[in-house]
Amino acid sequence: MEFLAQLQLGLQTALTAQNLLFVGLGAALGTLVGVLRGVGPAAVIALLLPCVYWFDAMPVIIMLAALYYGSQYGTSTAAMLAARRGEALPVLAGAQDAQKTGSALAIAAFGSFVAGCVTAFLIAMLVPTLANWGLTLGSQDYFSLMVLALAGAVVLASGSLVKAIAMVVLGLLLGQANSESGVALNLHPMDKGLAFVVFAMGVFGFSEFIAKVANLPTGSGADAVPVVRLRDMVLARVQVREGAPAVARGTALGTLMGMLPGGGAALASFAANTLERFVAKDRVAAVGQGAVAGIAGPESARNAGAQASFIPMLGLGIAPNAVLALMVGAMSMKGMQSGPQWLSTNASLFWGLVASMWVGNVLLLALNLPFVHLWIQLLRVPNRILFPAILVLCCFACFSLAGSDVALYWVAAFSLLGYALHKLSCEPAPLLLGFMLGPQMQAHLHEALVSTQGDLSSFVTQPLSAAFLIGALILILSVVLPSVRKGRKQAFVQG
Amino acid sequence: MRIKSQRDFWSGLMFILLGLAFAYGAAGLRIGSAVAPGAGFFPLALAVLLTMLGAVVLFNSLTIEREGGDVVGVIAWRALIFIVSAVALSGWGLQHLGLLVTVPIMVVLGSLATGGFNWKDSLANTVLLCGLSWAVFVLWRDMSIPLWPVFF
Repeated sequence: MEFLAQLQLGLQTALTAQNLLFVGLGAALGTLVGVLRGVGPAAVIALLLPCVYWFDAMPVIIMLAALYYGSQYGTSTAAMLAARRGEALPVLAGAQDAQKTGSALAIAAFGSFVAGCVTAFLIAMLVPTLANWGLTLGSQDYFSLMVLALAGAVVLASGSLVKAIAMVVLGLLLGQANSESGVALNLHPMDKGLAFVVFAMGVFGFSEFIAKVANLPTGSGADAVPVVRLRDMVLARVQVREGAPAVARGTALGTLMGMLPGGGAALASFAANTLERFVAKDRVAAVGQGAVAGIAGPESARNAGAQASFIPMLGLGIAPNAVLALMVGAMSMKGMQSGPQWLSTNASLFWGLVASMWVGNVLLLALNLPFVHLWIQLLRVPNRILFPAILVLCCFACFSLAGSDVALYWVAAFSLLGYALHKLSCEPAPLLLGFMLGPQMQAHLHEALVSTQGDLSSFVTQPLSAAFLIGALILILSVVLPSVRKGRKQAFVQG
Repeated sequence: MRIKSQRDFWSGLMFILLGLAFAYGAAGLRIGSAVAPGAGFFPLALAVLLTMLGAVVLFNSLTIEREGGDVVGVIAWRALIFIVSAVALSGWGLQHLGLLVTVPIMVVLGSLATGGFNWKDSLANTVLLCGLSWAVFVLWRDMSIPLWPVFF
């Protein structure tokens, strides 16, 4: 019954006025990000990083988490509404009238809600187990596990494999510059936390705005959105019966995909879409044209994937994707060391976060069904107003953190680098994971070398470490093999 | 010799240049050996690796045929120039020009970046953001920045 007591404690923490406010803030911001489309949650979290110091750890973490899974709801909602505007979409091309749009919205939101609640429960179950297991690992095992995580990130990055590996190496190098030797390299007169903020704001935040600002949807698009009333969202019994198994499949698959290194919401949604097409073999056309399962599966998987990626991050300190890597950074800015020992020192924070996910999902259900038109109205705010506001507030926040103009020159330089990487189709996610994992890997490597007097063979003689390294090798080799290469290319074209 | 993938050609070149730059930086540090690594050991090893990977990418871009030459495409110069200069200016501006001058400059640069600049909206936005950033940064965060330009 200790489990229930912990959960109750977590709920009490999550339901305090301050934490409720921050969950709501994160959920609202996330929905907005998702509905806006174009700019992803990673960019927004990166730009919010300088504000992390302004608040306590608890509200910051639950807000950033709510922003991430909230943006999945927003993405679903935008997709369901966009179908009406005649845009090409993987799901629901056939929704023509308000009734259909309404039920599509309801299916997506309820699917995400169920997936989110179940995944939060799984986080509560799995993270303590994973952390306990993590504590038994030696430094060799850890080093190899991180190699495996980086290999996963490389394999799941779209585009050339060599370029993705080069991005990891560049990330490791920048991470080096961020550790003690960086001071000697004379790269920046900044402390660690600040260097991370500056790097993330440039490469993930502003560069994405540079790339997308010309194409961001503006006010005019909102006019074409149909008026969907609450009674349009009532689901028929047959829709519930058809949708429920798809939600279950989507949640299970999404959870799995979210935990994979390199995984997350997009991968989960893509995998579930494929699964639903496979399950509905005789109704292939129907899945594409708005069959209930074709919406319920991928949309619930999307949310499950987003939340499940917290499991390896909270349990082992290994972030599976860019958003979670930014969260690790935010946590270390609050003085928390991520890793298997994180849970035992931050138990109340963990249970508060889990409980906040239930609260957040309830709020998101409300934000995306009864209040859906509020978001459409917000889309009317033109970019020429919204964008300078983001620019001013984020730059000033960074200045207030750094207290000098040098930090802003670095943000500008990293924005340039980020935009160059974007144009050259070099994915920034492996770069960030290398940047975050680099110093940790070096510490484990150093520890392992000291304990074995410089004997590198212990990495392959220790069974777990060897297994992880072989896993990494298989991952890399599997992409090099021509048959898989073809399938991977197709997957990215479709996804 | 014909470039077969523009994107890979330039990324290869970028990786090589970054690798060499880091190697140059690390060469000034104590290298040590694999058993007793100095401060420069890992940076140097990684920089050499990055340069080699860059060379592979560059080589591939000249040998493997791609559809349509994998061109870099249109560069959003307007957004790039206005946003980067606004970011770079913001810190210096806050120190030397003061809050009430920096905000309008950044508002103009920011709306120019979106391509939808107009005087009326920018003026309203400036008033709003001056108030908001004054309340947040000066009043709440207690940041000591000048409101007006300082000349000395």
